[in-house]
Amino acid sequence: MRRVIEALAPALLIAALLAGWEIACRAGHVPSYFLSPPSAVALALVQDLPGLLKAAWYTLSSALIALVIASLLAQALALAVVLSNVLERAVQPLAVVLQVTPVIAIAPLVNIWAGTDHPERAVVALAMVVAFFPIYSGALTGLKAVDQDLMRLFDLYGAGRLQRLVRLRIPSAVPFLLQGHKVAAGLAIVGAVVSEFVAGSGKVQGLAWRIFDASFKLQTARMIAALVVLGVMGAVLYAVLDAVERAGLRWWSGR
Amino acid sequence: MTIAALENVEVDYARGRALGPFSLSIGPSEIVALVGPSGCGKSTALRLLAGLEAPSAGRVIRTPGRGETAVVFQAPTLAPWLSARANAALPLELAGMGGGEAMRRAGEALARVGLAGAEDARPAQLSGGMAMRVSLARALTTEPKLLLLDEPFAALDEITRRALADDVLGLWQGLQPAIVFVTHNVEEAVYMASRVVVMSAGPGRLAGEVAVEGPLPRPAGFRTSAGFRRTVEMVSKALAQGMSA
Repeated sequence: MRRVIEALAPALLIAALLAGWEIACRAGHVPSYFLSPPSAVALALVQDLPGLLKAAWYTLSSALIALVIASLLAQALALAVVLSNVLERAVQPLAVVLQVTPVIAIAPLVNIWAGTDHPERAVVALAMVVAFFPIYSGALTGLKAVDQDLMRLFDLYGAGRLQRLVRLRIPSAVPFLLQGHKVAAGLAIVGAVVSEFVAGSGKVQGLAWRIFDASFKLQTARMIAALVVLGVMGAVLYAVLDAVERAGLRWWSGR
Repeated sequence: MTIAALENVEVDYARGRALGPFSLSIGPSEIVALVGPSGCGKSTALRLLAGLEAPSAGRVIRTPGRGETAVVFQAPTLAPWLSARANAALPLELAGMGGGEAMRRAGEALARVGLAGAEDARPAQLSGGMAMRVSLARALTTEPKLLLLDEPFAALDEITRRALADDVLGLWQGLQPAIVFVTHNVEEAVYMASRVVVMSAGPGRLAGEVAVEGPLPRPAGFRTSAGFRRTVEMVSKALAQGMSA
């Protein structure tokens, strides 16, 4: 019984909040442009669904492309940095500056570089910037988080640099890499949406554009419907990557 | 004739002296136990013998070539992503042996430590005692001339550690490597070794040396024999003197 309640608890909370929202809108005669009731949002969601899904795919595919590029770059740089102390010292301040600078602050600049003909490139580039750091720092931490006694064992048997890297450091880093990619995927979506907002034009037709479009027309229900799709998309992506992480860890440790 | 020796070695770390001056000579096929209080530099002495560390002063003599020294640490220290067999094969592969031959020899080593059938298990699926056996098998695959054991059974329960002590002596009988065995358990030291070297509180120096009579591997009931009890008392006394010194 207790387990059933625990399993249903999130759904019950959402249902209660939606009911309260609906009742408050109706009882308080809140104008629909100010706050649409859930019923109106649901209607907008159903009516807009094909367009919303297309926009969601636009945003998601930008984020996924960015994630793949960020993954390759971050892991390559982490590998290079681990092999050279000088390079690590050189890269570290830049990496920190890149990480602490809000993506929205560099978005206008990247938009100029991408040019008005290719605003979608700016979206991918900015999503890549935010997805880069968790993978890079995860890879770096993992490549260094080697059991000291295992390291001594490799010393004892006279292992070379390449053997150490391939047989010890890279496999040791796998759990950290999985974790880094999970965090990066969520951030890539955030980065994609933020840069869509900054791009703001009709050429980048992701979820941010749907929100803008509805906002200009004071169609609040459509705005919220787009937000719902965004939230669900993020949650599904997180769940998928969480499952990938768990499967990866099972493969890595055999349990 | 010595396999490895420490001659008046001293080891200084940033926090102060860890060991020495200390001397120790290991003969071929000899089993030597190093006992001493925590922090006396036993493990440091072992790392010197392994060539993993250099002394601040004094001389370390090592005759075994590359791959002829093996170390078993306090924890099993297995790679979690590798099977028991692949873990045991690691030293051979690092030495350049082909995968097939290394795996075959690793399988034999696992069989010798009683793990036939568990070759494909991952470390996470093994009990503490089994994981320690894999670690032992890994140390034996290279057929070392010098086997260094750093409190290898410290994390195990009494029954498992007694079984493993007998296993190590049984394995020693086959390959006859020189063994240096670090422990702070006096009975274990006397049971395993033909010579017990007692170290004083840190920085460790020689506090006494006791020869252990009796055949190796130990016959059944060895722990209850008068000679064993007497030797344990002698080592305990030397240890107590070393701690107060």
